[in-house]
Amino acid sequence: MIAPFFKYGLFGDDVSLVVAFITGIGFGFFLERGGFNSAKKLAAQFYFTDLTVFKVMFTAIITAMVGLYYLSVIGFVDLSLVYLTPTFLLPQVVGGLLLGFGFVIGGYCPGTSCVAVATGRIDAMVYLGGIMFGILVFGEVFPLVSNFYLSTPMGQITLPQLTGLPYGLLVFLVVLMALGGFVGAEWVEKKMASKKAGASL
Amino acid sequence: MDTKYMNPYLAGFLLGLVLLATIFITGRGLGASGAIKSIVVATVDGIASKHAEGSHFYGTYVGPGKDNPMKSWLVFEIFGVLIGGFVSGLASDRMKFVTEAGPRIRPKLRWLFAAIGGALFGIGAQFARGCTSGAALSGMAVLSTAGFITMIAIFGTGYAVAYFARKLWI
Repeated sequence: MIAPFFKYGLFGDDVSLVVAFITGIGFGFFLERGGFNSAKKLAAQFYFTDLTVFKVMFTAIITAMVGLYYLSVIGFVDLSLVYLTPTFLLPQVVGGLLLGFGFVIGGYCPGTSCVAVATGRIDAMVYLGGIMFGILVFGEVFPLVSNFYLSTPMGQITLPQLTGLPYGLLVFLVVLMALGGFVGAEWVEKKMASKKAGASL
Repeated sequence: MDTKYMNPYLAGFLLGLVLLATIFITGRGLGASGAIKSIVVATVDGIASKHAEGSHFYGTYVGPGKDNPMKSWLVFEIFGVLIGGFVSGLASDRMKFVTEAGPRIRPKLRWLFAAIGGALFGIGAQFARGCTSGAALSGMAVLSTAGFITMIAIFGTGYAVAYFARKLWI
């Protein structure tokens, strides 16, 4: 085992901030390359006319997921040292609902709004202001919602731990699901395009 | 100049490599909303430090003996995101001051909805413990249960309510 490097003490906190900055450049660069700086393009996913978001996101997920799995199988990376967001079932479902509403209404999510701001999108600047306001509201009403916020805790649990299925099998199933999704996405986009062409005749 | 976007599968693959490298090097994934939270916490602390230190929410991040909330991994990452997005936009001639909106909505109304959508994300990301990047994208890549829950809830809701928001976009 040699990785994650930071967890093995190969560099300290200050260097990790430099790594964060460089990593962010890569993240922002490829989000913009993929077209995530446009609210119109992002929102189009919900109307099945442009499924770029799905394709980019799931290609990224399966690339990182499969890569990480192989690196752990050959003994390069210790998965138990990789940070896991703790699961709080109910608040996360409710949070996800708010995020879904926010995505459709606002046209961005926080990461994509940053690359949109960087390329001059005015609506994204307003959206970013909205996020800050929302966090402030949450911070101020926190005592009222903290019970719910901490409800149904399940700990830092992975899907393999939850289901009892082998890690590799779940990786395989997610890849299979993504590949099926890509075929479906291409089909739906073609169908919507021909429908649009037919309507404008 | 070529202003076309990259092939989505190629962009996704390269984004996935960035995510993989991040996890491999640092042991954590990418994020966005957490950085904005740090900025809000630092601002509240700057304006009303007593209030911030006494709060159960801000107080986790500020107070005696704690680092400045701006000295966080995600804050540095998000500055990188701004620069990466800027460079990519510049390289492909996509830099312009415009409001992205559907054909049936005036810019001012679009701004109102952008602000509401942002606020929902600000609140929702706290309950979800992250947003599309931190919880869903990075979470699913490490097979985190929370990641799958958040991803399904975000996009399930998105598709379920999109019809009612169609005048904003199409």
